Amino acid sequence: MIDFTLTENDEKILAAVRAEALICRNYARYYDEHEEEFAPAELPEAKDFKNPFAYLSTRDDLDSSMGVMSMLISAGQTWGDYTVRMRRGSGGLGNAALRASGTPEQQKRWGGKTLAMAITEPGCGSDSKAVQTTATLDGEEWVLNGEKIFVTTGCRAEGVVVWATIDKTASRAGIKSFIVMKGTPGFEVTHKEKKLGIRADDTAAYVFRDCRIPRDHLLGGDESIAKQGAGGFKGVMKTFNMTRPAVAAIGLGIAQAALDFTKEALAKEGVEVDWSVGPHGRSAIQQELVEIEADIEAAMLDVLHATWLSGEAKPNNLEASIAKAKGGEVSRTATQRCIAILGSMGIAHEFLLEKWFRDCRITDIYEGTGQIQRLIIAREILGYSAAQLS
Amino acid sequence: MIAFGPTEEQDLIRQTVQEFAASEMREIARPCDEKRELPEALLQKSWELGLVAGGIPESYGGGGIGRSPITNALVLEELGWGDVPLAAAALTPALFVQPILDFGTDEQKQAYLPLFTGAKFHAASLALLEPSFTFDAGSLRTVAEPKGAGFTLTGVKRLVPLAASSSHLLVVARGARKGLAGLEAFIVPRDAKGMTIAANPDRTLGFQCLPRYTVELDRVEVPASARLGGEKGIDGARLVNCVRAASLALALGLARGVMELAIPYAKDRVAFEQPIAQKQAIAFMLAEMQIEVNSMRHLVWKAASQLENGLDATRATTLAQTYVNREVMKIADNGLQVFGGHGFIREYPVEMWYRNARALTVNEAVCAL
Repeated sequence: MIDFTLTENDEKILAAVRAEALICRNYARYYDEHEEEFAPAELPEAKDFKNPFAYLSTRDDLDSSMGVMSMLISAGQTWGDYTVRMRRGSGGLGNAALRASGTPEQQKRWGGKTLAMAITEPGCGSDSKAVQTTATLDGEEWVLNGEKIFVTTGCRAEGVVVWATIDKTASRAGIKSFIVMKGTPGFEVTHKEKKLGIRADDTAAYVFRDCRIPRDHLLGGDESIAKQGAGGFKGVMKTFNMTRPAVAAIGLGIAQAALDFTKEALAKEGVEVDWSVGPHGRSAIQQELVEIEADIEAAMLDVLHATWLSGEAKPNNLEASIAKAKGGEVSRTATQRCIAILGSMGIAHEFLLEKWFRDCRITDIYEGTGQIQRLIIAREILGYSAAQLS
Repeated sequence: MIAFGPTEEQDLIRQTVQEFAASEMREIARPCDEKRELPEALLQKSWELGLVAGGIPESYGGGGIGRSPITNALVLEELGWGDVPLAAAALTPALFVQPILDFGTDEQKQAYLPLFTGAKFHAASLALLEPSFTFDAGSLRTVAEPKGAGFTLTGVKRLVPLAASSSHLLVVARGARKGLAGLEAFIVPRDAKGMTIAANPDRTLGFQCLPRYTVELDRVEVPASARLGGEKGIDGARLVNCVRAASLALALGLARGVMELAIPYAKDRVAFEQPIAQKQAIAFMLAEMQIEVNSMRHLVWKAASQLENGLDATRATTLAQTYVNREVMKIADNGLQVFGGHGFIREYPVEMWYRNARALTVNEAVCAL
């Protein structure tokens, strides 16, 4: 079926998420200003709020899928704040990689730990096959050497999934993922990054110096280097089909917060969109509000579509990139436009709008920039390989 | 439940219409545009698909598959892919039928729906647009004034599709209340006294093969029974949303058609010893088209879903309209750019689609969802 209505069960969860988000907002400014601190694992107010996830156990076939709900929940949470949560969840990007590519033994062993994911290096971002970090087999141990930056949840995580090459001449096929736990000699967290936005978020930089890990810490366990094609690289890229829509949802939650704030502020000044009036009856500002709202709605529907497909076990490589491309673009522009609408008071520190503008900017960069998404989309619709369209 | 999967029945209908669009519409679109001709055969063939009669209940002789704006949106995307003005012509009767289904009294349904369940194409139309540069459906100039037991209608309507061959026009007028909520619709037979349909169709940019007419109403007297919905009247917002969303579904199909033609062309066309599709400047334009085709489809589906569920679709339709009208024009524009000089020549359909895109996206009364 094609449908866009939320059931009562769906609404109940989202209302609970919204209630928590409003509390989290009270802490948003503090942790933005104190980036050296971590927001608590649980807010003092948590005792007064039923965990929204508790509602997820009582659902039936007519309710929206778990995938769809998880996107709406993500957007609902960042509508409150990017980082602060009533109860911080466990797990990081590395856990998604573990679920996608880990052996059953590995999943059992590390599934309960919070794992970050370290891909980016000072000299390589989007071109992740260019990683310089090396892993060399020495007896029954891998020896890791290299630098990693922009590691989300990197300080708090208990371990990390690290991308390293076991054979630089093999390009993508030589890249493997390794699980390294904190405390392993030679693995050092060097600093927490200082950023434009999402300042409260834990973004770390790592160094690996002759860091030795047991041979079975290679994610998925496959040490072979495929002669042709991408080898295990495809496996790790699979992770992104799941996370790209989620990242877009996170940005769109903030964009929605910015729009809601802008609409509320204007309504107090007597400016509101009258939906029953056509474009000729709207002022420039009213038209701008309609445009932003349409952009956010379109982007969010792209996110839900990509997620819904994966829930139906349908391929969603194209759609995940569409969701990320659109979501990234709209996150940037919506917050920019909201400030433009509100003018000089729109940048005032007493409101969170200026923070949302800073927080949103990363959405079109991490998990694949908008340009990388367009490359993926173009290759897919043109039937081109990476070599044909680079 | 939020879900994006057409039912098996909807998929089957969509596939049938896609085949029809590919085999019956694509080839004739160019000659129809050049000669400004609408072939009777096309109207008849599309009629036989049952796109209009299918949604009419069996009790009135229809197909009885139920009124489904979502199914209609799927159908219109495919027909719009085929050719927008031909699609609009084939479905002009829906501009009359859908409002009767939505708002008609039992007597009105009994009297008019059976006209559209026969074997032959039967034309009837909707007179909504008016000659104003600031046209807004919520502030019409055509007025309906009570007179005796009935009403008199006065005003000028423009671009009324197939008016000359229609048995009836559904004339939309401003009633006692303001805005969309104040809209009234009246069933007016073509030969009504005081109603003049221009001898020749209006000439416009695009839409060359669809004859659309100026209709003048000079104190046209209609009985109370001509008022759609009887004493209850109509839900003006729903009527307007149904026609707006239908244009958007057609526009979506047009945009997809542009993209699907630009992709193989860009792969085939070599410049500087390389297919132009292998250059990011072109590849990214094509990627952008795919992003927007998907985004537009979801917005159109959401508006259709609100209509299907009988909810207020004004916000969803306005958002979709704002977005689709902007993006479709961009896609038609960039599609033409991919073809370069060839895009400007009337050999390829892209220049025709460029004209039709501009015409369609400023026109909210070419079809009904």
